Amino acid sequence: MEKMLEAMLQGTLVSLEVFFLTLLFSLPLALPVALGRMSRNRLVGGIVNVYLLVMRGTPLILQLIFVYFAPYYLFGISYDRFVAVVIAFVVNYAAYFAEIYRGGIESIPRGQYEAAKVLGFTRSQTFFRIVLPQVVKRIIPSTANEVITLVKDTALAQAIGVAELFRVAQNASARQFSTMPIFIAGLFYFVMNWIVSAAFTRLEKKLAYYR
Amino acid sequence: MEIIKVEHLSKSFGTLEVIRDISFSVHRGEVLAIIGPSGSGKSTLLRSVTHLETVTGGSVSVSGADMVRDGVYADEGTLRKIGLKVGLVFQNFNLFPHFSVLRNLTEAQVHVLGRTPAEANGRALALLERMGLSEKLHAYPCELSGGQQQRVSIARALALDPEVLFFDEPTSALDPELTGEILKVIRSLAEERMTMVIVTHEMGFARDVADRVIFMDSGVIVEEGPAAELINNPRNDRTKAFLKRFSE
Repeated sequence: MEKMLEAMLQGTLVSLEVFFLTLLFSLPLALPVALGRMSRNRLVGGIVNVYLLVMRGTPLILQLIFVYFAPYYLFGISYDRFVAVVIAFVVNYAAYFAEIYRGGIESIPRGQYEAAKVLGFTRSQTFFRIVLPQVVKRIIPSTANEVITLVKDTALAQAIGVAELFRVAQNASARQFSTMPIFIAGLFYFVMNWIVSAAFTRLEKKLAYYR
Repeated sequence: MEIIKVEHLSKSFGTLEVIRDISFSVHRGEVLAIIGPSGSGKSTLLRSVTHLETVTGGSVSVSGADMVRDGVYADEGTLRKIGLKVGLVFQNFNLFPHFSVLRNLTEAQVHVLGRTPAEANGRALALLERMGLSEKLHAYPCELSGGQQQRVSIARALALDPEVLFFDEPTSALDPELTGEILKVIRSLAEERMTMVIVTHEMGFARDVADRVIFMDSGVIVEEGPAAELINNPRNDRTKAFLKRFSE
């Protein structure tokens, strides 16, 4: 029992690594993607649109397998599985976050841009000082949704053999002829997402000082 | 001396000509009111002169510097310099909701004009006191009444010390009992000889405060003249009809 819990904590650590690394890279990466999607340049807009369609239109598990195995079949290159997981997750989640950002940016009233322009702010000042802070507040609920999904999606990493929480639980389950470890894993995910929602609720409250 | 000079200005949205061949000028220290029925193009005119709209043809110059000459705009740097001479107060205030009242007034002073935070704060505090809003320094726009928000937005525009201040129907989004406080502020600015161009539906106010009035209809200037004369004794039939609706 103790050994199993220890193994599951190890697995949780791997899941958390995937989780945090994905957020670390995909949250900032989504910003240029969102701006590219809104670009007036049709080539840029078109390319980003295709990227979004593929990322959101195919299963993440398939993308994982592709990211890991495609370099091998195409160029004979094999690399670390964990790195492949992080790349696939970042590229996939950046697509979802980008669409959330775009929705947020497009919801800022035109008057804000006009006021900023008349006051002499440059375009980048307007975006970073006036628009983006308001976007952050507006996108918190939908971002929270996506982040909660990410916690559960880390279980897909096992598709290319990364021993994250769910894989560890399944292995223990098979060894013990019991579904108990899987339920315990469920509890782990639940607690992680409890913390995630609490963090977002706090952030929401912190930004509730203005409307 | 002419601060604003507009010549043969025109602006179309697609095939719709919103303003046609408009020319007028505004002298330093003068208050000009622009009146007319809705859809007459007066807001578009204001937005064109403040470069929120791109005109189709004609010229606008501010303090002798060309913003647009015969439909061709100046370069980015010149446009920015000209922009700083011009302030605009919106119908819907357009305050920055995530900034406190104070920061609404200081942000552009610091990051556009390059004033120190201390200078900017000093200027902001003086303006807020003048607007009777010293106590609202740390409030957020959502905590203020419409009239208070509009006073903050006037202060925000004044904080950059523009040479001319434009008002786009500054009282139209306010409850009738709140329009008075805004008109009072504009009146006091007029007494200090602040150059202003005001698009308004307040005829009595236009007559009392403005030096000159322009009446617009269907995208053209129908009649122009000294405020009291034009409003009390309009010559053109369209002006008469419009003003009659207001006096009823």
